[in-house]
Amino acid sequence: MVVISALLTQAFQMALVVLLAPLLSGFIRKLKARLLRRQGASLIQPYRDLLRLLRKDVVLAENASWLFRVAPYLIFAVTWVAAAIIPTFATGLIFSWTADLIAIIALLGSARFFLALAGMDVGTSFGGLGSSREMMIATLAEPSMLLVIFTLALVAGSTQLSTIAAFMTSPEVGLRVSLGIALIALIMVAIAENARIPVDNPATHLELTMVHEAMVLEYSGRHLAMIELAASLKLLLYISLIACIFVPWKLAALAAGPAAYAVGMFAYLAKLAVGGALLALFETATAKMRIFRVPEFLGAALMLGLLATLLLFVSRSL
Amino acid sequence: MTPAVALLMCTAAFLGTAILAVAIARSNWATRVIYSASLVASGVAFAIALVQLSSAGVAPLASTIILPLGLPWLGAHFRLDALAAFFLVVVDLAGLLASLYALGYGRHEHAAHRVLPFFPAFLAGMNLVILADDAFTFLISWEFMSLASWALVMAHHRDADNRRAGYLYIVMASFGTLALLLAFGLLAGANGNYGFTAMRGAAYTPSTAGLVLILLLFGAGSKAGLVPLHVWLPLAHPAAPSHVSALMSGVMTKVAVYGFIRVVFDLIAAPAWWSGIIVLMLGGGTAVLGILQAMLETDLKRLLAYSTIENIGVIFASLGLALAFKANGMELAAALALTAALFHVLNHSFFKSLLFFGAGAVLTATGERNMDKLGGLIHRMPVTSIAFLVGCVAISALPPFNGFASEWLTFQAILESPALPQWGLKILVPAVGGLLALSAALAAACFVKVFGVTFLGRPRSTAAEQALEVDRFSLTAMSVLAALCLLAGILPGIVIDGLAPVTLSLIGDRMPVQADIPWLSIVPIAESRSSYNGLLVFLFTLFSASLTAYLIHRFASRRLRRAPAWDCGFPEINPLSQYGAGSFAQPVRRVFGTLILRVRERVDMPVPGDLRPARLTVETHDLIWEGLYLPIVGAVGFAAEKLNHLQFLTIRRYLSLVFLALVFLLLVLALWS
Repeated sequence: MVVISALLTQAFQMALVVLLAPLLSGFIRKLKARLLRRQGASLIQPYRDLLRLLRKDVVLAENASWLFRVAPYLIFAVTWVAAAIIPTFATGLIFSWTADLIAIIALLGSARFFLALAGMDVGTSFGGLGSSREMMIATLAEPSMLLVIFTLALVAGSTQLSTIAAFMTSPEVGLRVSLGIALIALIMVAIAENARIPVDNPATHLELTMVHEAMVLEYSGRHLAMIELAASLKLLLYISLIACIFVPWKLAALAAGPAAYAVGMFAYLAKLAVGGALLALFETATAKMRIFRVPEFLGAALMLGLLATLLLFVSRSL
Repeated sequence: MTPAVALLMCTAAFLGTAILAVAIARSNWATRVIYSASLVASGVAFAIALVQLSSAGVAPLASTIILPLGLPWLGAHFRLDALAAFFLVVVDLAGLLASLYALGYGRHEHAAHRVLPFFPAFLAGMNLVILADDAFTFLISWEFMSLASWALVMAHHRDADNRRAGYLYIVMASFGTLALLLAFGLLAGANGNYGFTAMRGAAYTPSTAGLVLILLLFGAGSKAGLVPLHVWLPLAHPAAPSHVSALMSGVMTKVAVYGFIRVVFDLIAAPAWWSGIIVLMLGGGTAVLGILQAMLETDLKRLLAYSTIENIGVIFASLGLALAFKANGMELAAALALTAALFHVLNHSFFKSLLFFGAGAVLTATGERNMDKLGGLIHRMPVTSIAFLVGCVAISALPPFNGFASEWLTFQAILESPALPQWGLKILVPAVGGLLALSAALAAACFVKVFGVTFLGRPRSTAAEQALEVDRFSLTAMSVLAALCLLAGILPGIVIDGLAPVTLSLIGDRMPVQADIPWLSIVPIAESRSSYNGLLVFLFTLFSASLTAYLIHRFASRRLRRAPAWDCGFPEINPLSQYGAGSFAQPVRRVFGTLILRVRERVDMPVPGDLRPARLTVETHDLIWEGLYLPIVGAVGFAAEKLNHLQFLTIRRYLSLVFLALVFLLLVLALWS
């Protein structure tokens, strides 16, 4: 009985992240439009887009291989699994000990690996351009992310997200400089990983500026729908990750009952809204940078991550 | 019959096969006979070693035998313990699969009589190094292994590149053996105890232990490919036939790792804490430099050899961690780091053999090693491409495959570092962790390039267009390795438990028993700290992928049309307009290459109206080669030039030279006492 209710909660979590992800994208788009004094599409436009894409034919390039057709499902599934493991409204879900923070990052790495391969499959120059730039950004983002994980693991004594979240709510955390620096580094990595301004522009179709869009240029119909859904899921995942580590308030504990779950639910929605709003605000305030400025941006994240780790050692020894 | 005797019989069988090969090498059926014999012998040796390793948990094993060979008063000592059994498992499993692969691949060999005798001899040499229990036998076997592999590198000696590779290899191998000889001389001490048993009992001063460590880093490091002793490796490993390349890259480097572990962890009982620092820094630097050069490479086999350098760096970084923990008495953390290193040894032998086999298959099918002339092979070679893809995913350390499991363990060991008392180590270890993460990310980029350029896209040459799938033996060998990559990735607990006797014998502690943990998770320290479940990740992904695919195909439109690629409305007809190996690497080259490899790009753009073509020139300088090796080469040349005059002296001058030398020696003798 306990197992069944635990499984049901896990299934609810999986369904929740998938259903919320397009709404988050729609919310950010709407907010950005309003900030730019435009009317903007409705909040539920991403759902309509997805449904329309699902109804359309797939137009497949002549020499596309099986990898090109399998990749969208694989990318979506891997991102979904990673999102299902991150605590959203409750900690200690049944599959949360399947993978720790390092494994979640590696899972997203798998999704990126197949996306980059799919970009090269048709054999156009744009696909290769996107893939090679994406992998360059990833090589810079991954070490920064790992140093952030180190800092967190050193503070909380664990790489398990549920444990980290539980530790962060406890009073012994206090205000730490290291955590603040780690938060900034994590946000920078999240921006790069999600192909947002200033690293990449999610709305562009201009050849010189695109990274993520260049890879998925040849996709259409249901395949494109899966890729788009996976992309918004990834954005949701990163915001949830930042929320559960740095603002783990009102997260329901293991098997806390429906009331606590409901409170956690509302808190989670509020966190998502705040995170999305901040992202929209940031994106309207900055301009996209040249691709070879990205190493400097992510190099700063790397330095911040290292600094956070070192500060922690220094503060501990005092 | 004790297991050690049985394993020596297998080695004798390898040597017998080698002799048989000399006799029959020119007949038509020689290939089949020799590789079948190697297959049987390595299969038996693998089975014995595996049984020994798995039963080692029940009773600590050490089966010893002394043969009346070698030096008259010494004899040849052989010993099988948990460490040797594990490395024999690695060597003989790869030998078994390489023989299987060669049953098909070897048929295309045009100079079979130069390969067949040395292949079993090479396997015999590696087995003997691992079994040796005295310094003399160890060094003889080590040299035998080096010479056999050198002969295999020189199999196609008419190619000038191969001759150069062979020359560099033999110089570096001799240098390495010299360093090992000195190291064993130090360990043997004034009494001349050449047996490992006597060395193990002796107590060494920190300075002796430190000197031995440095000499070992030269000796074993040059064989394994540690930076800056790696320069021969990317030339020599690809020069051999592909099944031999797989053994040299996937296994012989591991024999070097074995030699390092045997001496540093087993013979020297108490390492100094700073030995960890040296090994860690070398490991981290080797990992990044190796994968960076792989990223810039366009030759498929040479790229794989560079990637071996990266993996050796990862292994040595874990070994350095284990040394640091061991020196500070943190046995559990040391066991964790050593397990991570050994796990990666096993994993690398799986996926590097697989990738070299795949490169061999591509070579057979197209005759090309240059990736910029390949492409689109996924349509022509379906099974090879799937196996190769598995190898690429595994080596990029992505879950649920095996590369991730060992990488994860390494990171868990790194997270234990704050408990270290020394400040140098405390700060260095997270930095090396960052380097390892960078090399893992670069590896993913590199293998996207390899698979994307070689197997995906449109064919860039007629050879790639007309490629055909390879024979069944090769495909079987590759499929078995691909399955092993997945199995070791989703069931890491079994491997960790299998490695427990090794860490128990070397460090005196082991990781917690993983078999008792429910759901086959692995938990290095405690469940609240960290846990990972490869099987669940695999099943979970499989479940959600099939659920999604089912739902989409059930409810969404299933129609599909084939049409020309869209490509932003500007489809290019010429397949050379695709991204190639060089262009894919360009962003990474610009970001990372400018400092270490001195990459300089120059664009020669004619003014508008001028009809000259625009040109992009890329210059790379290998700083290690130019800064370290070229001066040595120059100094040796200079000295040789000067000493050359001594050949043409008159008899009077020769006599005075002899006289002076005699006086000098007598002086030294007089001052010495």
